[in-house]
Amino acid sequence: MAYSEKVLEHFKNPRNVGTMDKDDINVGTGLVGAPECGDVMRLQIKVNPETNTIEDAKFKTFGCGSAIASSSLATEWLKGKNIDEAMKIDNMDIVEELALPPVKIHCSVLAEDAIKSAIKDYQIKNGKLNLVAETHS
Amino acid sequence: MQSKKIYLDNNATTPCDPRVIEAMLPYFFEHPGNAASRSHPFGWEAEDAVDKARKQIADLIHADDKEIIFTSGATESDNLALKGVFEMYSRKGNHIITATTEHKAVLDSCKALEKKGAEVTYLKVAEDGRINLEELEAAIKPSTILVSIMWANNETGVIQPVAEIGKICAKHGILFMSDATQVVGKIPVNPREMGIHLMAFTSHKMYGPKGIGALYVSRKDPRVKVTAQIDGGGHERGMRSGTLNVPGIVGFGAAAEIASKEMIQDAERLSKLRDKLEQGFKERLEEVYVNGSTEYRMPHVTNISFKHVEGEGLMMTFNQKIALSSGSACTSASLEPSYVLVALGLGDDLAHSSLRFSLGRFTTEEEIDQTLDAISAGVNHMRDLSPIWEMYKDGVDLNSVSWSAH
Repeated sequence: MAYSEKVLEHFKNPRNVGTMDKDDINVGTGLVGAPECGDVMRLQIKVNPETNTIEDAKFKTFGCGSAIASSSLATEWLKGKNIDEAMKIDNMDIVEELALPPVKIHCSVLAEDAIKSAIKDYQIKNGKLNLVAETHS
Repeated sequence: MQSKKIYLDNNATTPCDPRVIEAMLPYFFEHPGNAASRSHPFGWEAEDAVDKARKQIADLIHADDKEIIFTSGATESDNLALKGVFEMYSRKGNHIITATTEHKAVLDSCKALEKKGAEVTYLKVAEDGRINLEELEAAIKPSTILVSIMWANNETGVIQPVAEIGKICAKHGILFMSDATQVVGKIPVNPREMGIHLMAFTSHKMYGPKGIGALYVSRKDPRVKVTAQIDGGGHERGMRSGTLNVPGIVGFGAAAEIASKEMIQDAERLSKLRDKLEQGFKERLEEVYVNGSTEYRMPHVTNISFKHVEGEGLMMTFNQKIALSSGSACTSASLEPSYVLVALGLGDDLAHSSLRFSLGRFTTEEEIDQTLDAISAGVNHMRDLSPIWEMYKDGVDLNSVSWSAH
């Protein structure tokens, strides 16, 4: 239960908490996790279609301190990145930055999933993703 | 004042009452004897102290002092009762009945016995946390030797119908063992009256020191024996060898005597504070649920779910200041929430959202007021952050969402 300073800081002062209009064509929404598992993250990005750059990011998370810190950090990192750069954010980068212990690595995995899921949602809405044979639940 | 830490985890362990510590102190240096040393005054003094404590403990539970077997704690007492009965009565049968909400010391002892040929029935509990007596009776068969049902649950404080269980066991000639760890010293307990033949309890849940517990073993009607699980000098009527922990036993005895005098007034005061806590949360917050029976329960415990808030995260908002437990087990590798709450039929989401408040002799009303403020603020903070709280407020049916379980 010993949390790192960085986790505590993000937990107490989470960045970019909020909700965007999920029907906005420029907004991508990722909702991952499940209440029964004790973690649900919703991460949203707003993309400038001209530059393909993430102009804003917001999150809300149901979960432990590490889950909240991971998603808060993810929104900070996403802002200003283009889609290709954002796709490269790896969960281990989050683990390292927040000094997450092994039992909390799943929080970082969930944050990476949320990022990818939000990007995918944006791409699908904008016809930028080939959906053939794509099945996801 | 705000910086003072508040302890609401008395079901985990209680602070040692200063009067208990005072009683123990002479037995570390002034009276260092081994109670089994029969040949000199040091031994006699130790033996006298142990005899006195045994009487104090026996008086608290209205038992004969010869019915108290000292152990290292309730876990050992549970192990001794279950394994000791299984070995001692193996000729009579191999079937044990227990419940899914028992403490791990009972459940894991049963699992160990299953590997040695025991057959174990695990009774389910209803939504209120209590077993069904008809199911209990239906589970009894000719090979049943023991029923092991706890008096009150450690996570919810729910009290089982022990008197009725005792009657059923007597009717079928089966031994009844009860883990009374959370009960002894908190409310009046009389195992003989309840038809309990073996009863586990411990000092450190009743304001005594850690490392000392007891197993009550009925000596008459019926005379029960258990096979020792620790062999050695034949202490404790051959049921538990090992040099007696004299200072611990003296402390346990002092704690028992204090409890005999004060537990009823403590219980009345704490049940009022517990009610104030529950009422306060319900007035300040939406979607607050008390888990388990509110009719049959211990006076000092409440287990509350704050819907759409994850318990461990919630605890982080106040755990520098307030100590309590969560039913969420986010830190464990399994990610499984409390098996006790799940057994009550709570969804995993509500189980993850639960906090256990266990009050104690040293809890003050001011602390309860501070707790209400701090935790209500924490719940609001977490709900502001919670996507499922937002969905709930927007009228989304959360059961209709296809979650990605991970």
